[in-house]
Amino acid sequence: MSGSLRDTNLEGWNRPPVIVPDGEGELLEVAMGPHHPSTHGVFRMDLALDGERVVRLKPVFGYLHRNHEQIGETVSYLAMMPYTDRLDYICSLTNNWAYALAVEKLVGQAVPERAEYIRVILAELTRIVNHASAIGFLIQEMGASGTPLMYAFREREKILDLFESLTGSRMMCNYMRFGGCRVDPSAAWLDATRKVVAGLPQFAHEFENLLMSNEIVMARCQGVGKLRPELAINAGVTGPMLRASGVNYDIRKVDHYGVYDRFKFRVPLGDHGDIYDRYMVRVLEIHESIGILEQALKEIPGGPVMDPKAKIRGFRPKPGEAYGRIEGPKGELGFYLISDGGNSPYRFRVRPPSLINLTVLEDMCLGHNVADVVLIFGSVDIVLGEVDR
Amino acid sequence: MLGEGILKGLAETARNAVGSFVSKDRLTTVEYPEERLPLPEASRNFPFLVYDGTDWEKGLRCVACQICEKECPPKCIYIDKSKDKKPDAFGRPQIYPAKFDIDISVCMSCQICVEVCPFEAIKMDTQYELSTDDRFGGLLLDRKELAKSNEYYHQIHPTEASEVDAKLAAEKVKADAKAKAAAGAAAAKAAAAAAAPKPAEAAAKPVVLADAPAAKPQGEGD
Repeated sequence: MSGSLRDTNLEGWNRPPVIVPDGEGELLEVAMGPHHPSTHGVFRMDLALDGERVVRLKPVFGYLHRNHEQIGETVSYLAMMPYTDRLDYICSLTNNWAYALAVEKLVGQAVPERAEYIRVILAELTRIVNHASAIGFLIQEMGASGTPLMYAFREREKILDLFESLTGSRMMCNYMRFGGCRVDPSAAWLDATRKVVAGLPQFAHEFENLLMSNEIVMARCQGVGKLRPELAINAGVTGPMLRASGVNYDIRKVDHYGVYDRFKFRVPLGDHGDIYDRYMVRVLEIHESIGILEQALKEIPGGPVMDPKAKIRGFRPKPGEAYGRIEGPKGELGFYLISDGGNSPYRFRVRPPSLINLTVLEDMCLGHNVADVVLIFGSVDIVLGEVDR
Repeated sequence: MLGEGILKGLAETARNAVGSFVSKDRLTTVEYPEERLPLPEASRNFPFLVYDGTDWEKGLRCVACQICEKECPPKCIYIDKSKDKKPDAFGRPQIYPAKFDIDISVCMSCQICVEVCPFEAIKMDTQYELSTDDRFGGLLLDRKELAKSNEYYHQIHPTEASEVDAKLAAEKVKADAKAKAAAGAAAAKAAAAAAAPKPAEAAAKPVVLADAPAAKPQGEGD
């Protein structure tokens, strides 16, 4: 085996890459990040290179650690809701939903039907936002500076405007509550959403035309960063990454949380588990999300959005534990709560899809070039706010 | 044919580039300092304290109950209760905040304080151009800087403000009726006792709400 990677120490920061003696040749150690533009934030990969080839990869994270779980154990249940926005800051509404679901499970709180529909609508809009920007960033890392990302962000802007006019904030929505949603969307908001959703298929079509059959994209993506389904399952990988490896596992279909059992949609699956499949699964999921949105916007019932019996202030669940999980845009997002009867949880734990999907990074990168590492990393689709918490 | 996909993509780019000259849908840039998008009504950015009438100090709705201080997720609100009492919007003598500071460098605009406030005293502002060169004092707002009139609240969140006014007016009618009944009972008692001291409730004068349409003070005195 090749020369060993040193442990992280401060001495290493100021030194140039070190050549490590090895039997068959020389390995080059490179610290990629934490300020590398392709690392989606502050993330470091310590690479050992044999020429251009990666022989070892050690992910180093924690640069954005902000004590999320500890904060959850010190503030009240309601006060934790805005913090969940800041986990995966691109998809704050799905984070809200997962947390609300966990607390609702903990106290056995029912949710009115209209609120369930609104949650589905917002979650699917969030999924489209996430997948569009994830693809945009992936292509950006491939070298297409700007154009695809800009088109994705143009569409994202329309959806964020919807979020802002409903929840008051573009990204830090803080919208779901235990037992419903904070405000009732007006008829005008629903009409505006219908209009935006009606425009989305055209965007998806254009976005596909732009990239899907592009020879450069195919050459860079196909057969690169393969993830075997067995490894994916064993590592606990979820979301589009797992489905790209051909495993049919979507919590919307498995758990039927919310009202997902009422909608007709398919789960796109990949075949090869390479970057291109991960990209394609996301493209197809955008289409399925548009389908769910159309159904939900057609069927949305009237009624209250908040259970009138739900408690806002002085919320103290009985002792017990609950795990609420949803199919977030990046994978299974779960919140595990233990209550000791106080006004804040005894234990607050997040199961972040970004972090767990990242655990297979080394396995996917070995044997590929450094330039491919950037792409493979991009195709995992992580947000450092969720990895480090 | 090799390169077909690239050409297809380029055609799409060309369509967008040309389209940006004719279609507003494809040219979404807003040149910010020169032009601004109108904010949606629900928009929120940092809380402020609502006051009724014209004098911010007298009209503050806040009664320093400190619920928001306790519930605030990043703990950016600092309240000191007053030692004395003064009449609130309902005319009842109430404790008021001697100090009410919000550190907006910590505040995350989550509006939990607005949700938990039982007195409709704290609401969300919409101002976002708040940069300052003094990062400590300039971002720690005291109650004078936080106090904004109910008219201002109506300006930025018209629907919500009208709902709040209607709710407050309804509460006020109820409170007045209760005060009147209590005063009546006390007066009857006093008459029966044929004693001179005036009942304390009758002295409580409701403060006139400045712009609440339905908030005409009813049964002032008795």
